[in-house]
Amino acid sequence: MRILQERSTQSRSDGFFRLLTLIGAGIILVLMALIVIELVLNSRLSIEKFGFRFLYTNIWDPVRQEFGALSSFYGTIISTIIAMVIAVPLSLVIALFLVEMAPPAISRFFGIAIELLAAIPSIIYGMWGLFIFAPLMAKYVQPFFKNISGNLFLFQGPPMGIGMLTAGIILAIMILPYISSVMREVFSMVPAVVKESAVGMGATTWEMVKVMVRYGIQGMIGAIFIGLGRAIGETMAVTFVIGNSHVISTSLFAPANSITASLANEFAEAAEPMYLSALIELGLLLFFVTLIIQIISQLWLRRVQKTMGVQ
Amino acid sequence: MIPKSEKKRILVDLIIRIISAASAMLGLFILLWISYEVLIRGIGAINWRFFTELPTPPGVGGGGLANAIVGTLLITVLATLISVPFGFLAGIYLSEFGGNSKFAQWVRFFTNILMGTPSIIIGIFVYTILVRPLGHFSGYAGAVALAILMLPLVARTTEDMLQLVPSALRESALALGMPRWKVTINVVFRAARKGLITGTLLAVARISGETAPLLFTALNSPYWPQNLGRATANLTVTIFNYAMSPYSDWQNAAWGASFLITFGVLVTTLIVRFFLREKHE
Repeated sequence: MRILQERSTQSRSDGFFRLLTLIGAGIILVLMALIVIELVLNSRLSIEKFGFRFLYTNIWDPVRQEFGALSSFYGTIISTIIAMVIAVPLSLVIALFLVEMAPPAISRFFGIAIELLAAIPSIIYGMWGLFIFAPLMAKYVQPFFKNISGNLFLFQGPPMGIGMLTAGIILAIMILPYISSVMREVFSMVPAVVKESAVGMGATTWEMVKVMVRYGIQGMIGAIFIGLGRAIGETMAVTFVIGNSHVISTSLFAPANSITASLANEFAEAAEPMYLSALIELGLLLFFVTLIIQIISQLWLRRVQKTMGVQ
Repeated sequence: MIPKSEKKRILVDLIIRIISAASAMLGLFILLWISYEVLIRGIGAINWRFFTELPTPPGVGGGGLANAIVGTLLITVLATLISVPFGFLAGIYLSEFGGNSKFAQWVRFFTNILMGTPSIIIGIFVYTILVRPLGHFSGYAGAVALAILMLPLVARTTEDMLQLVPSALRESALALGMPRWKVTINVVFRAARKGLITGTLLAVARISGETAPLLFTALNSPYWPQNLGRATANLTVTIFNYAMSPYSDWQNAAWGASFLITFGVLVTTLIVRFFLREKHE
């Protein structure tokens, strides 16, 4: 009898413990749901007033309470494209160096250095970007581009240092560790047989790598998505250097804005409910975009792991 | 296909090798460059008063960021205290009970999604649930925002670390008649202790440099953080405000604060990595 009783209290305490952990896990799901609900509820004012117009008009007038997100969208898209164009090839060759070329000790050392780039807080990139990198851009890089391009529409305007291009470059540095770490994994997942066959055919390292890239292309696309998600949501560094202007310009030297920079700069001072609501709608849009990218990259990488694991 | 000459192939290979090595060097160079600038400019701003005095208006000189240092410590500790219990519980569920059930898979999926959600979104979210209804910014809201950011990190590390514990250990404890919760806490947790501590520290380092989620929650304040129920001074928002100001002494103080944050985070990360590696080997 006593044994049975002990058993039942034991299973009851175990059931309670299990429930407790279930709550801990459930909280994550509840949080995700709450984030969506709260963002939608709090941007209702702006959604009702502007509708789809919010997405494609370029007005940002807190005085007349007219808002359209186009300039912020534009800035986010262009700065992200610049960042990806720089970061993807750079991460690829860095991953190559770490996995295929460097001796283990050197590979480990550089690997840690690249990882530490991800540990530096966003705001420090902002400080460095604004006070150190932007002046260099204004003094050397921007005049250089202007000269060789013959005042192309991309490079017009005074070289101020800050602006779209600077923001894109700093974003590239920030997402580089994320992309290259996934690429490293992809490279090391390529079976030795594949590499050995290539080398056995007399391929050079680069030719072997081309085979590996073809083998791991799906994983690399996943890596690109991860970098994309990071770049789009990056806030403080971009806020420091993008210039905070709601004017859309074709020049990459011109000050611009991004969704995150608009939020960081204007949220705390937005007193009117409509202004605040428009900003929260910006946040909602950013959330949906990153959510979609995240979901795609997760499903994609899971599939890749499955197919590569089988072989 | 026209076969390329041997020479050309070797040349192309060499060029790619050089580009690869140069790119890795570039990464290292940028890391060193940023650390160097932060160190040189930050050290100049740091003295005894920096740690003990309140900030002064621009142009007055002197003063420090003692309030922001205390505020950041308070907010970070509070965020850790909120987030770690839930993160551990979620991690235990995923590792010990959930297995490959549908629910566990969903939790894992959304934990990853939450991890990738921009921190500024979390800031807005906490603003809508804790700042707007109450009508004022608060240090508590800041701590909650950081806790939400930390939660998926802690949950995933906990799961990973508990998974490393061999199941033979669990089975022997269960065979001795120990209840499941005791096995988890006294046996599995003890075995994974080191990994859990380092994982949590890594998460703390990650969130302690966050700015965006604090902008709309803790905000900032020129006073001592006497009441976390009101706007609370903290280092990262202070850096943002001071760097954007036109006053050179404020910008200088921003570098001092940057130095504290950067080296705090980098040193913690490095030490933790060192311990993790030691454990695996």
